[in-house]
Formats: sequence, C-alpha cells, structure tokens
Amino acid sequence: MIQIDRRIIYLIIALSMVLPFFFQMGLPIPITKEVKDIYDYIETLTPDDVVILSGDFTPSVSPELSPMFEALFRHCLKKNVKVIAMSLFIQGPGLLAPIIQEVATDYQKVNGVDYAFMPWVVGWHIVVINMMEDITRAFPTDYYGTNISELPIFQGIHNYEDYDLVVSFTGSSAYSTWLVYGHEPYGVTLATGVTAVSAADLYPYIQSGQFIGMLGGLKGAAEYETLIDEKRMATMGMEAQNWAHVVIILFIIIGNIGYLAMGKKR
Amino acid sequence: MQLSINPWVWIGVFFTFSVLSFLYKDNPFYKLAEHVTVGVSIGYGAVIIYSNSFLPRFYDPVFHQGRFELIIPAILGLMMILRIVPKYSWLSRYAICFSVGAGSGMAIPRSMQASVLRQLEATMLDLSFSSGQGINNIIIFVGVLVVLIYFFFSKEHKGVFGGVAKIGIWFLMIGFGATFGYTVMARLSLFIGRVLFILQEFLGIGLAG
Amino acid sequence: MLWKKQIPLAITFIMGLLFGIQYFVPHRISENFFQGYLDWAVVIGIFASVLAYISFYRAHGMRIKKKAPAWPYSLIAIAMSLIMALFGFIQGREEGTVFMNMFTYVLVAIEGTMFSLLAFYIASAAYRAFRARSVQATALLLAAVIVMLGRVPLGESISFWHKIWPSLPTFTGIANWILTVPNMAAKRGMGLGIGLGIMMLSLKIVLGIERSYMGSGD
Repeated sequence: MIQIDRRIIYLIIALSMVLPFFFQMGLPIPITKEVKDIYDYIETLTPDDVVILSGDFTPSVSPELSPMFEALFRHCLKKNVKVIAMSLFIQGPGLLAPIIQEVATDYQKVNGVDYAFMPWVVGWHIVVINMMEDITRAFPTDYYGTNISELPIFQGIHNYEDYDLVVSFTGSSAYSTWLVYGHEPYGVTLATGVTAVSAADLYPYIQSGQFIGMLGGLKGAAEYETLIDEKRMATMGMEAQNWAHVVIILFIIIGNIGYLAMGKKR
Repeated sequence: MQLSINPWVWIGVFFTFSVLSFLYKDNPFYKLAEHVTVGVSIGYGAVIIYSNSFLPRFYDPVFHQGRFELIIPAILGLMMILRIVPKYSWLSRYAICFSVGAGSGMAIPRSMQASVLRQLEATMLDLSFSSGQGINNIIIFVGVLVVLIYFFFSKEHKGVFGGVAKIGIWFLMIGFGATFGYTVMARLSLFIGRVLFILQEFLGIGLAG
Repeated sequence: MLWKKQIPLAITFIMGLLFGIQYFVPHRISENFFQGYLDWAVVIGIFASVLAYISFYRAHGMRIKKKAPAWPYSLIAIAMSLIMALFGFIQGREEGTVFMNMFTYVLVAIEGTMFSLLAFYIASAAYRAFRARSVQATALLLAAVIVMLGRVPLGESISFWHKIWPSLPTFTGIANWILTVPNMAAKRGMGLGIGLGIMMLSLKIVLGIERSYMGSGD
C-alpha cells in the first residue's frame, strides 16, 4: 500500500472542498420523494394554517440544518402561512435568530403577526407535551419577552388542534421526542430535517407514515432550495460535495487496490 | 474580494484556524480554543437558563402569582446538587427517583406505540405481485424478520436458524453501508460551512448561488 | 437503608406506575395530575442544572489550586464563562451585543470547526482503513459507494447507461432503492429491538431491578 502522510490527504480533501466554489459545474439537483412530499404538503396550506419549525440543533451541525430551516421558513412566508419558530436546544434560538430576521426582512413579514419566535425552555418532552396541551403553558412569552397573549398571531392558536405541520430540524434524537410525545398521542402531522448521519435511520418512520417526509443532510436542503427556486448556501455547498465525494471514493478504491495487491504478494 | 473590517469576524477566523491547526498537531492555540468554548458555553447557558426559565417559570409564579407549591420541586432540584457531597449524596436520590420514575413510566406506553406497534403495523405489507411494489414489499418483510432473528441471541445461531441469521447479516451490512455513505456527506458539510464563512464573511468573496 | 434505598425505590415505583397508567386514563383528575407534574418537572430541571455549573467551577478551580498541568487554560475557561455571563446579564442578549457576538463568532466558530475536523478524519480513514476484507465487507463498501454517488448531483450525470437505456435507474435511483428497501428493513429490525429495549429498561427501572441511576453507595 502506498504510504501517504495523512497531512497530504487532509490537504487534498481541503482543496476538493474549497476550489469548487470558484469552478462551479452547476449540475441540476435531482429531487427525492421524501423532500417533495414536504414541499407538496406546504403548498396545500393556506394563510390560516400554522406551521411549527423547531430548530433543535447545536452549532456543530448548523451547516447542514440551518439551510433547511431557512428554506422551509422562506417557503412558509412566501405562502403567507403562519410560522412559530422555536428550539428544544439551549443554543438553538441563538442560531435561528439571525436567519429569522434576515428572511422576515426579505419578505417584509412582521414578528408577532406573520410569525413568532419562541425562547428556549428547559425540558424536551415537557415542552412538547405543554405545546400540545396549551401553548401558553409552554411559552408564556416570546423570544423578545412579549407576553404571547399580546401577539396577534396567537389569536386562535391554543394547542395541537391548531398546528397543521410540525417540522423538527435536528442532529440528534429530538425528532423522536416530537414523534413519541407529539405525533403519537395527539396526531399532529410531522416532518423532519436531519443530518445525513441520521437520515438512513428514518426511512422506517417515513414508510410507516409517522413522518410525511424528510430532508436528509445538505442535499435535502439543496433539493428544497431548488423546489422553492431560492438557490443559496446548500446549493453552493453541493458543488463542493460533488468533488469531495469523488475524492473519498478514489481514496477507498486506491486503498483497496493496494490492500489486494499486498494480499496477492503474500 | 474585500477583507472584513468587523473585529468579531477576525476573532471567528482566528479561532477557526486555531482549531484547524490540530490537523497538523496538538498545540497551544487548539487548547486555548477548547477551553474558551467550554467557558463561553457555560456563561451562555447560565444567562439563558436564568432569563428564559428561572424568571418566567419559577420566580414570577412563586413571588408574583403566589404558587408556593413550586418551592417543593425547587427543593428537589437543589437536592440533586448534594450528589457531589459524599456524606449527603443519598439525599439526591429522592429527586432523581422522582424524575426517573416519572420519565420511565411515561416512556413505556409511548415508546411501545411509536417504536413497536406502529412499526409492526407498517411491516404488514401487501406481498402479492398485483402492485408494482410486490417484490420490494417481500424484501422488506423478509428483511425485518431475518434481522430480528439475527438479534435473537437467546438461541444459538446453528442450523436453519443460523442460516436465516446469516441472511440478516447481509441486510445489516447493506444498511450500515447506506448509513456510512450518507454519513460522508454529513462530515463534509460541516467543513463546507466553515469554508463558506471564511470565503463570504471574512474574505468578502461573492459566491453566485 | 430505609431512607437511603427502600424509600427512593418506592418513589420510583409509585411514579412509574402512576405515569404508566395515566396515559390510559382520560379523566380530568388524571389530566390535572399530569399538568401538575409538567410544571414541577420544569422547576426541577432549572434547579438541577445548577449542578452542572458547580461541577464546572469545582473541576477547573481544583486544577488551578493544585497547579495541575495546563492549569492556565482552566483559568481562561473560568474567566470566559464569567465574562460571557456578565455581558449577558448587564448588556442583554439582542443582536449586536457582546453576548451574541461571542456566541456567533467564538462559540459557533469553535464548535463548528471542531466537528468539521471529522471531514478530514473520514478522508484519512477512507484511504487507510476501509478495506473489503470479506464478501460482507465488500457488500457494505459497495452499498456505501452507491449511496455516496446517489446523494450528489454528479451521480445523476455520470450514470451514462441511463442515456442509452432510460428504463435503467441512475445512481440516484439505485441509491434511493437501497435506502427505501434493504436499508429500511434493516433499520426497522434494529429499531424494533431498540424500542423493545427501551420499554424493558423502563420497566426494570420502575420495578427496581435496574438501579444504576441511583449512583453507588448504600
């Protein structure tokens, strides 16, 4: 096997992820059924409907999940659907706040009227159960400290009967919390956006209908950006993914050729 | 290209390269970044817990709404701290048992419903060839069965049982391969995120979307 | 023994039994009891989190006191936590404050970059460690390579056979089939085992058979 210093390997993979930003191929991004199903569902929603977008992630997985959150938030605001943004993770609101402000400005939407942003509250399943029973018990105030009874968006929003879709974006098992404590007992329609690490594990839940769809990794975010015709960070990132994947596959092939050759020599 | 004049962006870039320097070898810059992030996250958590949870969920209800019964769970929560005092650590068990008992009791019917019953129901598929999905449904049904048989270690994997369990291993290998193939994208995405930060926010390079 | 072991186990049993039964009882008393617990659980969580902060300051404080190796870094960790908290309490948490800038350009930058190191490690592992040592390992690698190609736009473009025979699936189509059929079957089998395992562990905790959560000692 050819011994290559690991730092050369690091350099090659780094270049394969930096250079594509300057030499873009612009290949079309094929759409998968799991992503299209979420898009089609939101397309059926009206301005009276409510979507909960829960950004249940930390900075470590933000590059994959923030673009998903942004893409769905843009879609909902385009459709004038009411959005309640929140997070089960303590660092979540800090990551979501700049996205929410930027997108709301782009679409000239007003906080408290067209969308609401909720603060982090301790407890995962406790927050979910409280939201299903009575949203004022889960969030007495919004992220900016305003009592939610004073926010016009919450006129007519009380509990699970008023939520038309819940989407959990997570790099951990938070989707399971929404599934076990939200979907199963209360029947809320659920979708999820997960990191590519977890994506392969969720197909049983999609096939069973417990999730109506799934965005898997940066590709899922790029697919959604393509569907809503807003090509942003995820689409740009797929350029680098193309070449980096080819490099990794070549590493596997070359490594195995060397391994087999060594085996034959012996 | 236009270098950022925001000092915070420069700080972000400094720490980004401090962590990346670990790829060469462990060094003081990486250790500095490690300890800075631990400290900052502790400080962040303290502020958020105080303003988002302590004030609206305990202080206001108890001192402005008269809900004094919430002092009992507060005492239970504080009892958990006694875990670090060896002489009184047994007192922390009351709070832990209260929470763990409730959590376990809640989990039993809910995980049964979500993870077992619904999944079993979804496995009962139409195995006929009348629909185009026929062969796929058979593969799914057989696959679930053989994987469950593989994980049944109470019986020795010999004979017919062992042969069926071996088929389960093939399904697991394909499943793990699929997970690994997907995982590669996840790992690469994390670095792509940092690259975009450096190119766009620091160097000010406009990348066409 | 009574106060240190038997009564805590009894509390676990009673709470587990009550909440297991509560799920099936739609009566108003059951609902009120559940609501009351939810309020209590939030308060317990708030005060229990104090333990994390005490542990942090204790651990780093001991390292500074004993002048353990690399103790100045512990000083930095404590200082950063106090600086962050001070700015958060005094200045507030709005966009543009020191608190939020430290979150965005220090915490997010460092944590994001730490996890991005995995991209390099997976590349290194791909060359050095991923070997087709057996037929089953080859199946694993093959499935991995097909899914990798199927998940990037390039996979669709290099599927040249699809242009000649459109009925044949591209890498994207093959990857989708692998994920939705054999992978799904394997993950469901594992998921059923995990779901049953969670139930069994919860039952063992409620019945007092599993006691590791109570910690060591009598």
